[in-house]
Amino acid sequence: MQNILEVQDLVKHYRQVCAVDGISFSLAEGMCFGLLGPNGAGKTTTIEIMEGILKPDRGQILYRGRPIDSEFKKRAGIQFQNTSLPDHLTVSETIRLFQSFYPEPRPFNEIVEICSLSDILSRDNKKLSGGQRQRLLLAIAIVPQPDLVFLDEPTTGLDPQARRNFWDLIRRIQTEGATIVLTTHYMDEAHMLCDQIGIMDHGKMLEIDAPQAMLDRHFEGVLVRIPFDEPKRIDFPLPEGTVVRNDAIELTSTRLDETVRRLITLGLSLDGLSVHKPTLEDLFIKLTGNTLRA
Amino acid sequence: MKSFIALVRARTLEFVRDRGTFFWNLLFPMILVFGFALALSDPSPTVFTVALAGDAPVELDFISIEQIDFVRYDLESGETMASVVERVRRHELDMAIDFEQQQFFLNTENHTSPLIRRIFEDSVLRDRMNGIEVPVFVEREISGQPIRYVDWVVPGVIGMNMLFSCLFGVGFVLVRYRKNGVLKRLKATPVSAFTFVSAQAASRLMIVLATSIFVFAGTNAFLNFTMEGSYLSLLIVTTLAIICMISIGLLFASRLKSEELAGGLMNLVSFPMIIGSGVFFSLETAPEALRIASRVLPLTHFVEASRAVMIEGAGIVAILPNLLALSAFSIVFVAASALVFRWD
Repeated sequence: MQNILEVQDLVKHYRQVCAVDGISFSLAEGMCFGLLGPNGAGKTTTIEIMEGILKPDRGQILYRGRPIDSEFKKRAGIQFQNTSLPDHLTVSETIRLFQSFYPEPRPFNEIVEICSLSDILSRDNKKLSGGQRQRLLLAIAIVPQPDLVFLDEPTTGLDPQARRNFWDLIRRIQTEGATIVLTTHYMDEAHMLCDQIGIMDHGKMLEIDAPQAMLDRHFEGVLVRIPFDEPKRIDFPLPEGTVVRNDAIELTSTRLDETVRRLITLGLSLDGLSVHKPTLEDLFIKLTGNTLRA
Repeated sequence: MKSFIALVRARTLEFVRDRGTFFWNLLFPMILVFGFALALSDPSPTVFTVALAGDAPVELDFISIEQIDFVRYDLESGETMASVVERVRRHELDMAIDFEQQQFFLNTENHTSPLIRRIFEDSVLRDRMNGIEVPVFVEREISGQPIRYVDWVVPGVIGMNMLFSCLFGVGFVLVRYRKNGVLKRLKATPVSAFTFVSAQAASRLMIVLATSIFVFAGTNAFLNFTMEGSYLSLLIVTTLAIICMISIGLLFASRLKSEELAGGLMNLVSFPMIIGSGVFFSLETAPEALRIASRVLPLTHFVEASRAVMIEGAGIVAILPNLLALSAFSIVFVAASALVFRWD
């Protein structure tokens, strides 16, 4: 598949802080790419450079092999993390306003249908619920019939139901052929939606791959977790590869029965033991650490 | 009590740390006080205002009377005797003495005329008794109703309203849009900054023009303003003035991010402009420096031109200097705001 977007060696500083530090990757047409990372990792800066909103200090973005230009703006749909909508306009007026900005906007009825806005068309922007607001912002993003859609934390703050509705929307847009770039804090969301994810921290890209491939590479078998009150005080040797957390020990196992037997022989209490298949969340914590960030 | 003190402290710190608002709260009242002090500084309370045109041939006792405010007109530098006489007709001057033609003008409909005639004739008599050769001045009687203050002040009030509406309507809203990300969202569309900004300006122009016409027509229905000139001239000067004031609003809106600071700066501009443009009182007797400074205030040109149209019946040609000034200001402000404009 052809690459729709190439990100080449991006660097962006804010005063002394290096927000993005030499990131490169490419997006194949039609994929859904998820940009993950802790708060302050540089996700928003990266996505805003990709959108052409911010200028990088170094590096460039190529859209279909060419530096981004005014043509790109006509083909990109963007949803920012925090966007206010124009005051005192209704949902339908807002959509029509944004339609006027593009040479070939998507038909009004189609937008309303895709984003399920028909019930709230005459509602004032200020009176929308969180989920309705996100749907309207997405509606604005798909007005240009984009072949690239950028969504910066589109489901943050939504209830589980609204999130799942939103996922359906994103999938629908993707099946229409659009390439999607999204940032999120929800690992289940990334796993559900993304063909490929990139995990960022401290302005650097730690890893890029398909979610399952990334998991397979990092975890063999299942994750065993035993809660402890004070795990740091364990003074006998633990099986190799065991991670001691603040409140538990964790280890991965390819042969569960053998591992459990071994733990029993060590005299460990297995109260509260849990076993689960490693998730992106586990991988995320493994890659970015779990210390609190300032 | 502890929490009360903590809250007072927190709020005070917030206020002091928000520099824009802080300085604004300090500076604004001071400017206001100084402005009024300057504009209204009048050390000698005078009873009459008398115009002296041309050079007095001899030292007249009359001119030494301290209770009369003498305004000297140099007839060689453009001012005509007719325009001085016109002021007498409108009761702006109580008397005009023309030394060149040796005549003086009094308005028969001005109740001060008999008194000032007597003072003048008595002092001339005294001069003659003291051996001073005073030529004979011929009295010319003219008549005319005074201009009501409301006729005079209405362009100023409308102008002031226009000023606030343009500055805050354009400036404030754009700053808020920048702060809350609406502008950033628009930046991500193919819309150019020019299209967006000129659309804002056009919308405001229509709104302010409509409200100004409404206010004028509404009050005119009851007060029946003097209207010597044409409504078309008035419309032209009003439109130009609104464009000019919108362009000032744009300049403020071009990159500021704080609504408080923007609001403060706009007040900082608008209030001195109101004081310095002769909205409520004539600048005729104001200090020279203030009169010169008032030339760079767009509101001055609007107020001056619309008064000229309404009261003196001035045509487009007569108010052309004002119209040119308003256009020039607009071009400068629009160009400056286009240069410094930022979406975010």
